[in-house]
Amino acid sequence: MTDLLHIGRDVPRPDGADKVGGKALYIHDITRPGMLYGAIKFSEHAHARIVRIDTSRAQRLPGVRAVITGDDVPEVRFGFMRDNLALKKGKVRQFRDEIAAVAAIDPDIAKEAVDLIDVEYEPLPGLFTTADALADGAALIHETDPTGRPVTSNLVPAACSHRSGDLEAGKRASRFVAEGHYTVPRIQQASLGTAGCIAEFDLNGNLTVTAKTQIPFLAQRDFTNALRALGIKDKNVRVVVPAVGGAFGSGLDTHAYEYISILLAWHTGKPVKILYDRYEEFAYLSPRQSAELFIRQGCDENGKLTFREIEVTQDNGAYVSWGATYPNVMLVAATSLHRVPNVYFNATIVYTNNTYCQAMRGYGNPEVTWGIETNLEELAEKAGIDALEMRLLNCNQPGDVTPMGLNLQSCGLRECLEGTAEALDWDRTRSVSRRPGRGVGMAALINVGGGGKIYRSDGSGIILKLDDFGNVNVSYGGVEMGQGLHSALSLMVAEAVGVLPERVIINQTDTATAPWDVGTHASRGAFMAGNAARIAGARLRERIFALAEQVYPGEVERNLAALGEGEGLDEFDFRSVTRDGFDLRNGWLLCKDAGDEPWLRVELGRFLRAAHFAKEGGTGTMFTEEAFYEPPTDLPDWSAGYGNMSAAYTFGVQGVEVEVDEDTGEVTILRMVAVTDGGRVLSRQAAEGQLYGGIVQGVGYALYEEVHSSEGRILNPGFTDYKIPTAADIAFPIELQWVETNDPEGPFGAKGLGEAGIVPTAPAIANAIYDAVGVRIRDLPITPEKVVQALAAKVGE
Amino acid sequence: MKVEVGFRLNGYEVRAEVEPHLRLLDVLRDTLGETGTKEGCGEGECGACTVLVDGAAINSCLFPVCEAAGTSVMTVEGLAEANGALSPIQRAFLDHGGAQCGFCTPGIVMAGVALLAENPNPSDAEIRYSLTGNLCRCTGYVQIVAAIRAAAVATRGERGD
Ligand code: FES
Ligand code: FES
Repeated sequence: MTDLLHIGRDVPRPDGADKVGGKALYIHDITRPGMLYGAIKFSEHAHARIVRIDTSRAQRLPGVRAVITGDDVPEVRFGFMRDNLALKKGKVRQFRDEIAAVAAIDPDIAKEAVDLIDVEYEPLPGLFTTADALADGAALIHETDPTGRPVTSNLVPAACSHRSGDLEAGKRASRFVAEGHYTVPRIQQASLGTAGCIAEFDLNGNLTVTAKTQIPFLAQRDFTNALRALGIKDKNVRVVVPAVGGAFGSGLDTHAYEYISILLAWHTGKPVKILYDRYEEFAYLSPRQSAELFIRQGCDENGKLTFREIEVTQDNGAYVSWGATYPNVMLVAATSLHRVPNVYFNATIVYTNNTYCQAMRGYGNPEVTWGIETNLEELAEKAGIDALEMRLLNCNQPGDVTPMGLNLQSCGLRECLEGTAEALDWDRTRSVSRRPGRGVGMAALINVGGGGKIYRSDGSGIILKLDDFGNVNVSYGGVEMGQGLHSALSLMVAEAVGVLPERVIINQTDTATAPWDVGTHASRGAFMAGNAARIAGARLRERIFALAEQVYPGEVERNLAALGEGEGLDEFDFRSVTRDGFDLRNGWLLCKDAGDEPWLRVELGRFLRAAHFAKEGGTGTMFTEEAFYEPPTDLPDWSAGYGNMSAAYTFGVQGVEVEVDEDTGEVTILRMVAVTDGGRVLSRQAAEGQLYGGIVQGVGYALYEEVHSSEGRILNPGFTDYKIPTAADIAFPIELQWVETNDPEGPFGAKGLGEAGIVPTAPAIANAIYDAVGVRIRDLPITPEKVVQALAAKVGE
Repeated sequence: MKVEVGFRLNGYEVRAEVEPHLRLLDVLRDTLGETGTKEGCGEGECGACTVLVDGAAINSCLFPVCEAAGTSVMTVEGLAEANGALSPIQRAFLDHGGAQCGFCTPGIVMAGVALLAENPNPSDAEIRYSLTGNLCRCTGYVQIVAAIRAAAVATRGERGD
């Protein structure tokens, strides 16, 4: 790709002005005429039988329009294993289970009514660890599967494993082996804008849901299924996405509150809004899933990796959502981060009475990378090899096909390693003995960068519609949730069509107008949208140039009449330019082989009007093109852990320098560097924003974030007790460098960037701490207490 | 019992009949329809609701509306000019990528306005410190700090300092 006019520029985001002006409309800001407010009665037990629900006092409260329980409405099942009910019946399995709901004329009345609902429970013993839930004779959290067949254990039936090469042979060939247990906690996505939706039926029975979601089309399917459960068939469900106040994975599934607002809207005939407050967001929305990892890796006497063995156990909580599929994504790094010949991976997902878990940025990858990249440094130390050298020795190369079958068409990992080492001045700063209390560390990453096929289609459609004035209206089904999708997309559409980025108008995401899209996750938005835009843009150009053969000469004559002259007129026959001779650049129709004289240029809007309002005898022409891009990937066989699930792979390395106070255990980050191969950078500002934001979330994950719970009850449901990084915490420089490989499948050479930032931060920090003070923390978050304890244990050794 | 509360909002006198227990945030958003100011926590922890009362940045989710009586309140809607031209700090947030999802942005922009009024030439550390009460989950703050630094330069330039 040569001659790019806009890709890679540092330009403001198209949705930026409304955001800095307070004009962007989030779910919080939207009301509808006659709208009611919904509120939910949540369980007060982690595991109990529901004996009786008394809603009579709530019903009598003035201003209440409806009170519903699972007994009043048809059963609405959801979740990809269909084990969850919008309103629970018979039994609660976690503290946040939805038991009843109210619609009222204002939010305060709705909440007051919820407090008037009395529920009598018969408490059951709860299971709060994976070990307890898997113990012989453990009570069953779900006695049957969704079809009513009895089950025999608390295992979630989501097999995910991998075996390649010959593990035993790999072990025999090993000179050094390192093994350990590593854990990561549940953490909160903690979007600043809380969750919410508005459901509303029109009088034809069609449903519109305005939803804070990342999956408008899968939500449309889910809500259509919910209507079927209500006996409403053959109606239209429309999902409209307002401005999204951050999501980070929390919008990747449909939620009980959405079905409840649909039920309340159906019951009352009014629009019903449910909006979570911060407490509800923390206590009743699904966090990132925790993980327990056992990792063993070996190498030969030179440091070449010989095998990798990973056993993962995850506490799924009470119902299945996407948390249960983290292992599918873990497979990518487990099999393919560094060249490793013999790999074993197995995951066990367990139902417990804890809060059920969901997606968050990186989706299994930060978890498994935490284990792999800290364990790798333990192995390097045993082998007496520098950790950087070990990574370089085993570095992935472009063209590699990994044990999982991932096809690494572009790979800049080596450059990322070298760039990080240079920025950290590795040779002089690394080593505990040189500078007591100070150390440097690094960790590498591989992440899907061209979608991640976990559903039967990983595709995205786009519609590009030209108006009479040279604007391109874009309908795309993916969601801008802050990540900068619209920044990248406006540049790519501008490039693909040949207009200025400011003439690209991206419509609100709406299932009624946009073609299908699987959802915005797996760093896929810009990659998919861009590839679809390239196809649609090429079609538009082809059609414009074909019609230009007829329209262009007349428009040039108008130019000449207006200008009174034309330089070079004698040398160039503008009347017989054929379709191959045209170009469209920045909104001007031009001839490739002629100069850039004003008389030869036709403004796109003028051309479009001439095409639309055809002269007598002609037919009018409008220009709208649609394209659907399905990436050339495989839906992996999860039980074999094999398949090229992404069309491109993103690589990166983060380096950290820390200072550790040996008395307090306090870790101070002095600087960070991230060198990333995300292919060609599309929008510099957006790309940098994704990296900075991801890294800082990674710092929180590494050092302080954890959802604390006791017997299933969340103990820190607010920003007072759940700390996310503040501006003052990020008092160190973060240096970003780009290794711009040009990926053959990426739009304009780009690969996905949304998740990369958070993936290796925690192991990089842990490795730097080890370098500084010689203690290895294997359980996130790395709190000062853990550091102090580890230091004390080291002294005791 | 409703009471009448009057104050100046973004340069105009406003008056509203409100329940006295309401927070300034509720009255701005629900009564007066100015939804630019956001509620991220309702507990004084996130700063999304930051507005200026007589020039001082406050969390409007903790500020009883009755205490706003007779004051001059400035929200994010009051920064841009009527023709839509963004103020220097808004322009800087746009140019430096200071907004991603944008939910924290109105509050952070107002905190930035208050900071620059008090300290026209803040160091990065002073900017970071002044934003401790404003959480952002998207940006990692780097581009926000860059935006406020640039806004300080632009504002000083405008005043000819
Ligand atoms: S909403 Fe006021 S501080 Fe969070
Ligand atoms: S931009 Fe999303 S919270 Fe700050």
